Amino acid sequence: MAQVPVTEGVFTWPSETPQLIGARCVACDNHMFPGQSGCPRCTGDKTEEVLLGRRGTLWTWTIQGFPPKAPPYAGDVDVKTFQAFGVGYVELPGQVKVEARLTVADPEKLKIGMEMEMVIIPLTTDADGNEVVTFAFAPVA
Amino acid sequence: MTIEVAIVGIGMHEFGRTEGVSGMDQGVIAVRRALADAGVSWEDMQFAFGGSLAAGAADTMVSLLGLTGLQFINVANGCATGGSALFSVYNTIRSGVFDLGIAVGFDKHERGAFRVNTKGAGLGDWYGASGLALTTQFFGMKINRYMHEYGITNSSLAKVSEKAFRNGSQNPMAWRRKPISEQEVLDSLMLSYPLTQYMFCSPGEGGVALILCRADKAHLYTKTPIYLKAAVVRSRRFGSFEVLAPSIALQHNAGPTVDGAKAAFEMAGMEPKDIDIAQLQDTESGAEIMHMAENGFCEHGEQEFMIQAGETEIGGKFPVNTDGGCLANGEPIGASGLRQVYENVLQLRGQAGVRQVPNNPKTAYTHVYGAPGIAGVTILQR
Ligand SMILES: [Zn+2]
Repeated sequence: MAQVPVTEGVFTWPSETPQLIGARCVACDNHMFPGQSGCPRCTGDKTEEVLLGRRGTLWTWTIQGFPPKAPPYAGDVDVKTFQAFGVGYVELPGQVKVEARLTVADPEKLKIGMEMEMVIIPLTTDADGNEVVTFAFAPVA
Repeated sequence: MTIEVAIVGIGMHEFGRTEGVSGMDQGVIAVRRALADAGVSWEDMQFAFGGSLAAGAADTMVSLLGLTGLQFINVANGCATGGSALFSVYNTIRSGVFDLGIAVGFDKHERGAFRVNTKGAGLGDWYGASGLALTTQFFGMKINRYMHEYGITNSSLAKVSEKAFRNGSQNPMAWRRKPISEQEVLDSLMLSYPLTQYMFCSPGEGGVALILCRADKAHLYTKTPIYLKAAVVRSRRFGSFEVLAPSIALQHNAGPTVDGAKAAFEMAGMEPKDIDIAQLQDTESGAEIMHMAENGFCEHGEQEFMIQAGETEIGGKFPVNTDGGCLANGEPIGASGLRQVYENVLQLRGQAGVRQVPNNPKTAYTHVYGAPGIAGVTILQR
């Protein structure tokens, strides 16, 4: 089964070591995710693409305990089979805190400050039978 | 000479679910009740600001109320829609353009958590598709970090809900009027850790209208004018942690609530200690706790003691969300901020019935917060 990204331009794919694609302000070095053309920090209007770090620390988290509404959600919304998933912000040193799904959904196994690493996870299957993937962060083993 | 502004009429359509009555009609009913309260007619209204998120353009209600030719401006500003309508009426009167006008907000939302329009919010489709476009997640993540930093307990989260439903049970306009115990709150379904079902408010329905005039003419309409001493709306600054944000800066900023509160206190010439009661945005119980400190009513972490000691109850030292807040009333976006002001007017007039705050409160504060990082604050004085 072929794998396709949920969107182009948000993370590098296919890749052995996928990275989020952000932007850096040329004037003040502010890092943004996803990329954008203007800088909310210094109001500058010149930014350049930058690949974000793959490792960081968990800044905060929650667990999505009920199926999100579809649309916009593309994943499983059947209350009988829905699996709760973690969501958090991961602080990438010197760059930015990014929001992402987490591969862990157990409150006992999530701790603010723990080391996390970016991974790619399956989200759903599209009409052509491709596996649609998105990005997530997993605890560093 | 600065023109002062007074609230001279208030009207509300019951919050909750009203089958067969459109959001617009609930707004119209609120307007008629406000007109009756001030003893004026629709023809007396010189201007209006109004809005809803999901129940239609407010200015179309003139075809139901009367085609008098008044200036009617629609306001659309997310969770601060009602607050922005009030802000606009306040400033129109202060500027001397008109003497008497009305702010109206109403709404009617579908059941369940808000469905986020990712395009309208400037977010990529991938964000919603990946399961990140839920406002509930933000509230779970913000309070989770706050509990980690300041030692707020699950018991206090549940006590805020318990208080909301108890206060709601004493409010005939509230949606949820059945008391729910702290334990029942804790035992309800975990929606977005650490927040359970009964710690969250739900999108709902309702309408509120407020009639305002130049303070020197208030005696024409009421024996109990309530003066609007400050009305402020603020957006976020760089580094604040807001709802529906794919990323946040490493640099920290306290957010629009802190900015809005400071500006409002300055405008009113008051300090937090001068406020007798407050209605604070309680999208979920953790929000009420965090907003107590962000608005300046206590230090971060002090809420734990205050809530456990019952200080925010109607009979306590600093009553918060005396009408049951969003938790017991639900959140019709366009009307929610005006509901808070409606409750404060009742409390300052001494007309809040069984939930009246004792000892004749003289000052009252409201605060709304919402996507994409906006806050609205008002200060009222008797
Ligand atoms: Zn910059």
